[in-house]
Amino acid sequence: MNDHYPALLIISPLLFAFLVSGMAWIRKGLCYPLALVGSGLCTWFSVRLLADVLQKGVVQYRLGGWETPWGIGYHVDTLNGMVLAVVSVLAFINLVATRRSVSAEFPEKEGAFYTLYLLFIVGLVGMVVTGDLFNLYVLLEVASLTSYALIALGGPRAPLASLNYLFMGTIGGCFYLLGVGYLYIMTGSLNMADVASLLPGIYSSTAIWAAFTFCMVGIGIKMAFFPLHGWLPNAYTFAPSSVSSLMAPLMTKVMVYVMIRLMLSVFTIDFTFSVLSLGTAMVWLSILAIVTGALLALAQKNLKRMFCYIIVSEIGYMVGGAWLGNAAGMTGAILHILNDALMTICLFLTAANVHYRISGLELHQLRGLFHRMPLTMACFVAAGLSIIGVPPTCGFFSKWYLITGALQAGQYGFVAALLFSSLVNVILFFRVIEISYYGDMQHPHGHGSPAGPRTEAPATMLAPLLIVSAGLVIIGVYTGTIVTTVIDPIIPATLVR
Amino acid sequence: MSDLIPILVAKYNYWLYIVLMMIGLYAMIAKNNLVKKLVGMNIFQTSIILFYVSIGCKKGATIPIIQHGMAAGHHAIDPSHYVNPLPHVLMLTAIVVSVSTFGVALALAIKTYHQYKTLEEDEILARLRPR
Repeated sequence: MNDHYPALLIISPLLFAFLVSGMAWIRKGLCYPLALVGSGLCTWFSVRLLADVLQKGVVQYRLGGWETPWGIGYHVDTLNGMVLAVVSVLAFINLVATRRSVSAEFPEKEGAFYTLYLLFIVGLVGMVVTGDLFNLYVLLEVASLTSYALIALGGPRAPLASLNYLFMGTIGGCFYLLGVGYLYIMTGSLNMADVASLLPGIYSSTAIWAAFTFCMVGIGIKMAFFPLHGWLPNAYTFAPSSVSSLMAPLMTKVMVYVMIRLMLSVFTIDFTFSVLSLGTAMVWLSILAIVTGALLALAQKNLKRMFCYIIVSEIGYMVGGAWLGNAAGMTGAILHILNDALMTICLFLTAANVHYRISGLELHQLRGLFHRMPLTMACFVAAGLSIIGVPPTCGFFSKWYLITGALQAGQYGFVAALLFSSLVNVILFFRVIEISYYGDMQHPHGHGSPAGPRTEAPATMLAPLLIVSAGLVIIGVYTGTIVTTVIDPIIPATLVR
Repeated sequence: MSDLIPILVAKYNYWLYIVLMMIGLYAMIAKNNLVKKLVGMNIFQTSIILFYVSIGCKKGATIPIIQHGMAAGHHAIDPSHYVNPLPHVLMLTAIVVSVSTFGVALALAIKTYHQYKTLEEDEILARLRPR
């Protein structure tokens, strides 16, 4: 059983998804416990797998016992071990946290919702664990299809936003598939390690360049990298709160992971940085992403929409860090996948809790929220401080690595963009804090109940939020350990230290 | 000009899929009707399937079934006699993906239609704009 963790990880939520969809006809009350078991098993296996990888090194798993270049192989090193643990743990926490808002928002569709939720986990986890290029495409589409359906469960404008996401997402997926096709023509293989070993002789071929470009554009659409981010704000804003707090932290981060995986272990460092010499252009693009994301966030009047544009700017951090072409930048980018997933889930869970109580997330509706929901807002402040980058929280450390990398690479524009977006984040968060803390004093005769009684979100929603925001500080404190045990082993030796 | 024609003729399958792909992309971007956009998306996906199918093809090759396997003992097999089956098998999966994407998209289009009573994008956007 110990050897089969990589397969069990995917099979357990998949089987439980079928069980849940069947149970929806028999006893609706059992859907949620079953989903909890499925997601819990996935979390347990992935945490055990991470422990295994840390102890014994890289885990190779052959599905059905077929040798890897012919069969499908799962390949787990510390990079995807970490991402696996993050994805499954956060999905589990979100499942617990949003139980109440799910039964409040769509009580008659719970069975369908939990089925889709588990299938979405299958897609994400599979994408992370697989070592096969085509398998990655299929699981990418599994995750995307379920996310279209989950987003469409939301309010009146959700179906249209989801349809737009579907158009963009399909173009992205097809571009990735096309890139894989070119790689297959040139190498005759779909296994990542095999492709990486076959490529060095044919780096100069234009087909490989085309393959790289198509893959990167496709993944760029899926992760909402700046010029291709158009679908994200609407889709995540109009999605139900339980869905946006699942998707916003995980989907885009997993796509960043896929990009880093392609750069490191398919096209390898030599090709990405020496042969292509796209580094500077990509870093400038991500500078653009950071600045525009921050400025657009400033223009928003809805809390969730503001968070969405913050994600667009955070994607810029990670892509820029990965393309800096040195070890510090890559470390920062990988560390930021972990940190940003935590910060984003913290923000969106806060939004879910607020939405549960006051059913509206326009900024002017947040007046007096500190008196009504002190603990929720305390977690919001913690997440805000982390995104701004205040030292004890984890956001500071990844930003530190990113800035170090940028200085080493001589990309001063990237440093300036990071500092600029930190300043804009200060404005963003302190504006919300001002409205929700002092709002009542400025408008004593405002409509609504001024400084109403304390109506904190229910304990099942509050406890996971508190755990996540404690995680922000804990991860921050243990950053040094995480970097030396998890991230250092996967940074290739050829990268500039 | 005289150089161009051999290039066009020798790799006509690739040019064909590029043309199809551009037709699909054009329809997705420029068309106003949501169903026309969906059809464009389907053309776009189909072009990639055709591309994959064409890369497995070989001149004068036959289906990849070895006629006297098993008891006939080992003998040399020349791979150039057989079509590469792998891209075709991959495309079975991709066809399933494209069909299910199309299904989800149609369901979303129906939901949108019930809401706005139209499938023309400009009319929907006009209705969404705050008055």
